[in-house]
Amino acid sequence: MFDKLKKAFGGSKEEVAPKVEEKVEAAPAPEAAPAASAKPRIGYIHLSGCTGDAMSLTENYDILSTVLTDLVDIVYGQTLVDKWVHGTYAEEMPEMDLCLIEGSVCLQDEHSVQELLMAREKSGLICAFGSCAMTGCFTTFARGGQQAQPKHESFAPISSLVKVDLALPGCPVAPEMIANAVVALCNGDLEYLQPAMDIAACNAGCGCDVMTNIIRNGLCTGCGTCALACPTRAMGFTEGRPSCDRDRCIKCGSCYAMCPRAWLPIKRIKEETGL
Amino acid sequence: MPLGTYKEALSARATDSKITDVSQDGGIVSALLCYALDEGIIEGAVVAGTPDEDWRPIPTVVTSSDEVIAAAGTKYSMSPTLSALKEATRQYGLEKVGVVATPCQIQGLRKANAYPLTRFVTGKISLIIGIYCMENFPMASLDTFATAKLGFDSLQDASKMDIGKGKFWLTKDGEDSGLAIKETHGYEQAGCNICMDYVAEWADVSTGSVGSPDGWSTVLTRTDAGETVFKAAVDAGLIETKPMDEVKPGLGLLEKLAAGKKDKNGKERERRAKMGLPLPVEY
Repeated sequence: MFDKLKKAFGGSKEEVAPKVEEKVEAAPAPEAAPAASAKPRIGYIHLSGCTGDAMSLTENYDILSTVLTDLVDIVYGQTLVDKWVHGTYAEEMPEMDLCLIEGSVCLQDEHSVQELLMAREKSGLICAFGSCAMTGCFTTFARGGQQAQPKHESFAPISSLVKVDLALPGCPVAPEMIANAVVALCNGDLEYLQPAMDIAACNAGCGCDVMTNIIRNGLCTGCGTCALACPTRAMGFTEGRPSCDRDRCIKCGSCYAMCPRAWLPIKRIKEETGL
Repeated sequence: MPLGTYKEALSARATDSKITDVSQDGGIVSALLCYALDEGIIEGAVVAGTPDEDWRPIPTVVTSSDEVIAAAGTKYSMSPTLSALKEATRQYGLEKVGVVATPCQIQGLRKANAYPLTRFVTGKISLIIGIYCMENFPMASLDTFATAKLGFDSLQDASKMDIGKGKFWLTKDGEDSGLAIKETHGYEQAGCNICMDYVAEWADVSTGSVGSPDGWSTVLTRTDAGETVFKAAVDAGLIETKPMDEVKPGLGLLEKLAAGKKDKNGKERERRAKMGLPLPVEY
């Protein structure tokens, strides 16, 4: 299932993932041998986030049991399977086809940094799952100076440390978006995931994107999609243009990701509507 | 195919004078919304209203025929209508929502359906009524048309606003004043200049005045959902229809305008690309 995907990505940055290229070649081919072990091996790492993305994942009640029992093996994850690397008392992290990472990485937290780097080595694909992992989101506003670790002040998008293969923004990622992405992953539907791959390197994400990339380029029509996307209602409208209240904006990047003038999935829309 | 994919093209108008007294043209949008509300096909809809009657469009959630009729009529400035979808689904708790949208808004809607990045909203959109749209104007442009070009003291003196027969019309004290469309060129918003869609090609059902006689609208049914609602509203007697080939100026004019928009804005896209300016990334 994941073969096509992995070939498309061609592995990761060599310095952080020298083993990945090798693993790509050795990837299982479930279509040829639909054995239990041939299911894609998924990991879920919870860094500095609120667990909202994991909760969003579990909100797909209708497909969740099928996905978990028939389609994938969750091989790593503290929340989902109670398997994780306990600091220096490490159990070994297993090889994974895809590792979903929720939350930003605290640069002063040795364990988080280590777990992220290890995941890059062990996983064919890294998905920034949710806005904290993708852009830092509201953890961007952290200032440190709090118990129990006053030194923990820098919460960075995971792309600051490792190459990210695809990103799903959202605070949290919408359950429907997760379902669509899971189905696309299982079907090797590269086309559907292409936008998620193309935004993987983005680590800025805030209401300013709509201003600088859309309005300032003469692309905005004032349709209101960005305000629909905004989870904190930071997006208001002045003279038919979005104006971001930066005291409310949590830098999740949803407004820009949803904007039809940022990118438009024409082919997919035509397929879905028959138009 | 300048009109996109459609099942049937008809000339139509609402039969209820409560609607046609206030509607822009044939009252098709209002009639469809009223029918869909009455039949429970939708529980509410997001539309562009003008609650202050100052021509400034405000995204509005409507849940009754009275509210639909109060919001009837075209507004020629930008309405971030989709922003009200959140209000409709969260505050109002609507499970089946209709949307009256311009082509660019429908692009946002269909994208949000394909990539539902916002939770539990897009799955609740049950009916998209598209309105033909050549371009849209900032409020200050409308002010200019009224005061500098037509000699009104204020835009607020206008009781009706319309575009048709090659002119932009304002009505004051029952008298119509027309401004040649070419006088309005250069006053539209820049984002419209790269839009290739005149007839809301991705709507469930699209409508607008062009192609039909005064007081009638040209309707294009596109999806099964759009066709079902439209036919049911016709069967229920809320809408009367005529075949397009029996009316003047006919579908040819609609095709001509739709193709003209694609041609003109396609050239603008090329011009911008040559300058190194970005266009929406298409997948």
